[in-house]
Order: sequence, then structure tokens, then C-alpha cells
Amino acid sequence: MNQLVATRAWLRRNLFSDLFSGMATLLLLAAAVYWLPGLIDWMLLQAVFKADAGACQAVNHAGACWGVVAEKYRFILFGRYPHAEQWRPLLATALLLLVIVASGLRLSSRRSLLAAWALALPAFFMLTGGGSFGLTPVGSDQWGGLPLTLLLATMGMLMAFPLAIAVALGRQSRLPLLRGLCTLYVELVRGVPLISVLFLASFLFPIVLPQGVSIDVLLRVQAGIVLFAAAYLSETIRGGLQSIPAGQHDAAAALGLGRWQAMRWIILPQALRAVIPSMMNSAVSVFKDTSLVTVVSLYELTGSLSLALAGDAEWRSFHLEGYLFIGLIYWTGCYAMSRFSRGFESRVDAGGTAI
Amino acid sequence: MRILILALTLLLHLSPAHAGKTLDQVRQRAQLVCGVSTGVIGFSSADSQGRWNGLDVDVCRAIAAAVLNDPNKVKYVPLNAQQRFTALQSGEVDLLSRNTTWTLTRDASLGLQFTAITYYDGQGFLVPKKLKVTSAKQLKNAEICVQSGTTTEKNLSDWFKTQGIKIKPVVFEKFEASIKAFFSGRCQAYTTDASALAFIRSKEAPKPDDYVVLPELISKEPLGPVVRRGDDEWFAIVKWVIFALIEAEEYGITQANLEQMKASPDPGIQRLLGSAEDTGKLLGLERDWAARAVKAVGNYGEMFQRNVGSASPLKLPRGVNALWNKGGLMYAPPVR
Repeated sequence: MNQLVATRAWLRRNLFSDLFSGMATLLLLAAAVYWLPGLIDWMLLQAVFKADAGACQAVNHAGACWGVVAEKYRFILFGRYPHAEQWRPLLATALLLLVIVASGLRLSSRRSLLAAWALALPAFFMLTGGGSFGLTPVGSDQWGGLPLTLLLATMGMLMAFPLAIAVALGRQSRLPLLRGLCTLYVELVRGVPLISVLFLASFLFPIVLPQGVSIDVLLRVQAGIVLFAAAYLSETIRGGLQSIPAGQHDAAAALGLGRWQAMRWIILPQALRAVIPSMMNSAVSVFKDTSLVTVVSLYELTGSLSLALAGDAEWRSFHLEGYLFIGLIYWTGCYAMSRFSRGFESRVDAGGTAI
Repeated sequence: MRILILALTLLLHLSPAHAGKTLDQVRQRAQLVCGVSTGVIGFSSADSQGRWNGLDVDVCRAIAAAVLNDPNKVKYVPLNAQQRFTALQSGEVDLLSRNTTWTLTRDASLGLQFTAITYYDGQGFLVPKKLKVTSAKQLKNAEICVQSGTTTEKNLSDWFKTQGIKIKPVVFEKFEASIKAFFSGRCQAYTTDASALAFIRSKEAPKPDDYVVLPELISKEPLGPVVRRGDDEWFAIVKWVIFALIEAEEYGITQANLEQMKASPDPGIQRLLGSAEDTGKLLGLERDWAARAVKAVGNYGEMFQRNVGSASPLKLPRGVNALWNKGGLMYAPPVR
């Protein structure tokens, strides 16, 4: 009896507190009743889970064909990477993810995390690229799928961040030339779509370079992503810098701190703290923008999916299920990032961590 | 940070200067880099294990066999319609074997050269039956779904202009998007190469019987491999490997009977397979170049049947792609 009363009170408080919230609750409930059965029917009840193209075609889209994922997951996850060697990018990705998650949750001291990064990144390149320890070399143009997405996004953010801080500071510099250059860079890069930056990096660069010198395609594309992300990120950081009241500069000077010391210990920590949500925005968009590298024949997650399905007579018509699968992967990544950002914010607000 | 930079510099490698000789480069790296499509059934597509197959892929394999004596020493670079020529021009690929239509503009102005024709295609239309259209000329004011960056798009506007009929092309970058749009009713007609239409109708349509392929072909689409201009040696090799495959069909040399055929008294066969005079020398290849190609992929007829013909999901008839002496257009200059 008590239980019932408590439940009713909870319902009233949370779902029917006033007319508007009551109507919203009813509306959402009605929508769920209307949509859910069909969705569950399609996603689960009528769905085919076996990698059996015949069974999938027999269902004729009345149910989802998850078999396409069962059949193609290796191609989707690893792209053009040689089939027999796919354990290498798998291991490399697992390592990198471990370090990323450990850093996100701060599972260890800062020093050991730094050491882990310093080990994980070279290990990633050594494992995936091969050429040492008896591993057959695999050119970076053959890397693909999730490892490539993860690598481009992680390296993109890691390298864009310091560059962005430098550019943001440069735009506030008292030297007109430096200020002008930084402004020019930001405006130039922001003025063109990422897709054309990538296209130039991949196809124009080799023509301009002197004969005999070639730069790895992955490196070129990575550089493009870093430059692009840094331009946006620097504006975010500049916004943070400008939000710091002049009093803070004066107070730092009064304490006897030099210009750079003040920047490092007073201004930047506050400025960066103020823009954590926008920086996370940039990180999420870099993660998703990596899907554009297909324009230069690098096949990351999205590209691998269309490569895996486009030419397969049996499975081609089950694109939707494939896209849902990679959608889930992207969502997991982005959701993890936003959870991290929220946790980070509250930690910083508590005054625990200096940035 | 320093370690990051170090890791990245590991990726930066300097390759020795090359004088633009594709054959030497291919030999040096012991690998042919072949530009293919991002997935066109029957022509070039990757299976679940990432292995490539198709008519265009077999051309790459045959050339790798003739040059490197191993059809598997090929790296396939999937390229979309917009990237393909840039990738060849910039040297990312040695050869573009990607159902590409031979036209004057492409042949004369892109710094590229078409080698030979491996498939004669034409452009057709797919329409819903309920439209009660029996000829493309009845598609007045129709919206027509088409993929961008291809000759298909241009043919469409050209043909309807000469017919004096107004249409609205609805352009998509991706094949699957264009197909989905058509079958969801976005357009009244779908147009692409005829080699793909029948299959799209039978496999992609929700109900194949509700759709019909119109009888007209509005264009000539000769498809074939492309190489960079200015490397005549490589141009000749690609061209003659294809001719050899066609000639092998004419002589009745197959993958299965290749060894017996080497002992044939026919001087034509002896020349082709290198058991008499050495034709390979003239191309800068070994004596048995053509035999290796046939051994790798079979003759042209076998390639056709396996990838697009009766033994494939496409089930296309030979039609104009039959040999010249069987009513088709496939005619190779003699290997002599």
C-alpha cells in the first residue's frame, strides 16, 4: 500500500506535475505505443541474424537483416586492411582505446598516463604498419575502418589542441605580423570545406612536391585534419581568453608573475575551463568529419561500409542495417566523449585539476 | 608530443627518383597499382574477405601476370567517378581499370590515354510499369534519377535536347542514393549503363515486375582501361595484353587447354603463346607474357562469362561484346 502511494507520488512529481508536463507525457506515451511495436517487430522479431543472404532476401525488408553485419563486420571494421592480418589493427585499436578510456576516467596518475600514451601511439603504428618484428609491412593507404577513424580523430585532436592554443595566443599578440598571419590562417582554413582541404592534400601535393619526394597519404590527410580542426578550435579558445576579465591580468602582474607565467597559471586554465563544452563540440565533429577522407581513397568506417556493400550482389540492398551498425559505433564514441566532458567539467569545477 | 612527431615521421618516406617509366616502377615494387571502382557488380567489387573480382579486376590480374608473372601482385585502389582521373594523373595508380567510357575529351585533354575496349555498353532507362511508358521519348517533363560525374549525366541532357523533350535530371553522387531515390518514387525514371539496369531491376526493386527496362539505348559507352599519356611502353603493354586475351578466345585457347595449346602446330597460336617466336621481347616482357595472362584469367570469353555473363549474377548476353566473327564487335589486331 505504501509502495503504491510512493509510486503515485513519484509519477505525479515527475510526469504529471502540471498540465503541460502531463500532456507531454501522454503524447510521448502515445508515440511510443504507435511506433515501438513496429520498430521492435522490424528490429528483432522479423529480423534475420544469420549471415544468410537467401533468408534476408526472403524477408524482403519486412524485418531487419542483421546478417549483413554478421557477414561483413570484418570488412566494415577494418576496411581494405589485408584479411589475414586484421588481428594487428584490432590489437592496436584495443590498446589505443584502453589508453583513451583510462585517460578519460583518470584511472591512473598523470605521469603513468603520459607514459601509456607515449607507448600506445608508436605501438599502434608499429602493429598496423608492420615492417618490424617480422610483421609484413602494410602501407597506410591500406589502413581502414574503425582503426583509421580512431587514429585520425585522436591524432587530429591531440595535435590540433596545442596548435590551436598557439594560434589563439598569436591572434592576441602585440606583433602585427604574427597577429596577421594567425588571422590569415584561421580565415583561410575556415573559408574552405574540409573536403577540399583533403583533396588538395592528397592530389595536389604530390604534383607540387619535387620529383622523388613523396609523403605518405595518411600523413598528408592527417595534417589536413589537424590544420582544419585547429582553426576552429583556436577560435573557441580565443573566445575563452577574451572572457577573462582584465583584472585577472592585473592581479597576476601584481603578484609579480611575468606575461607567460600569468598566461600559464592564471589566464589559460580559466579560459580553457570556460570553453570545455565547445572544445568537446570540436572533438565530436572531428570524430565524425573523419568520414570525409573517403574522397581521397582512404576507407575509414563509413567508407568501408559502402565499399563492403556497393559491389556485392547478395548484400547490396541491406545498406540501412549497415548504416545503423556504424551509426551505433559513432554514437557510442560521441556519447562517451560527452560523458567524459561532463565528468571533466565537474572535476574542474570542484577545483581539483589544473588543466 | 615529441614521440607523436617521431611516429609520424616514421610514416614519411622518401622514394628514389623515377623517370616516369611505369613498367620499371611496377617491376621495382613488384606490384601493380590498379584503380578500380568502389563497387560495380561484375566489373570491380570486393567480397567479404576484401578480395577483388570482376571484369575490370581481371584486366589488372592479366597485366600483373604478364608483367610480374603473378596475378595476385596487384594493389586495388577503389576510386569514385570524380577521383579516378586525378588519381591516375597524379601517379597514385599505374592503370585505371574502372568501367570508364572512352570519349574524345577524356582521351585528348586529361593527359590520359585509353588503351582498348573491354566492354561495349550503352545507356538505358528503367521506369515503373504503371507509368505506361514504352519509349524514352514519352518521358516528357519527367524527373530522371542519375549519378553524377559520369558520361551518363551528359548523355541524358544531350539526348533529350536532340529529341526536343524537356526533362529534369535529379543528380546523386552515390549509386545507392540514386537507386533508393528512384525506388522510393523521387523520379519517374532511372538511367544508367544498360549492363547494370537489368540487375538493378531484378535485385533492388521492391517488386521487379512493377518495373520495366525501356528498349532504347541512347549512347555508346565503350569501356576500357586508361593509362597516363607519355609512357608509350606501358601503353603498349596494357593494350596488347587485352588484345591477346581477345585473340586467345578467337584461337580457342582457354585456361584449361592452355598447356596442350602450347604444342599446337598453328603458327598463330605458337606466336601468341611464345612457343615459336618471341613477341614478348618487343613489349619489354618475357616470351610467355600472353600465356601467363590467359593462365591467370582465361581468355576474354571466359572472363566475360565468369564476371558478367551467364555464370554471374548479372547474366548479361554477349550481344555486341561477342567476337567479330560471331556477330559482335570484339576485334583484336593480330599478335604477329
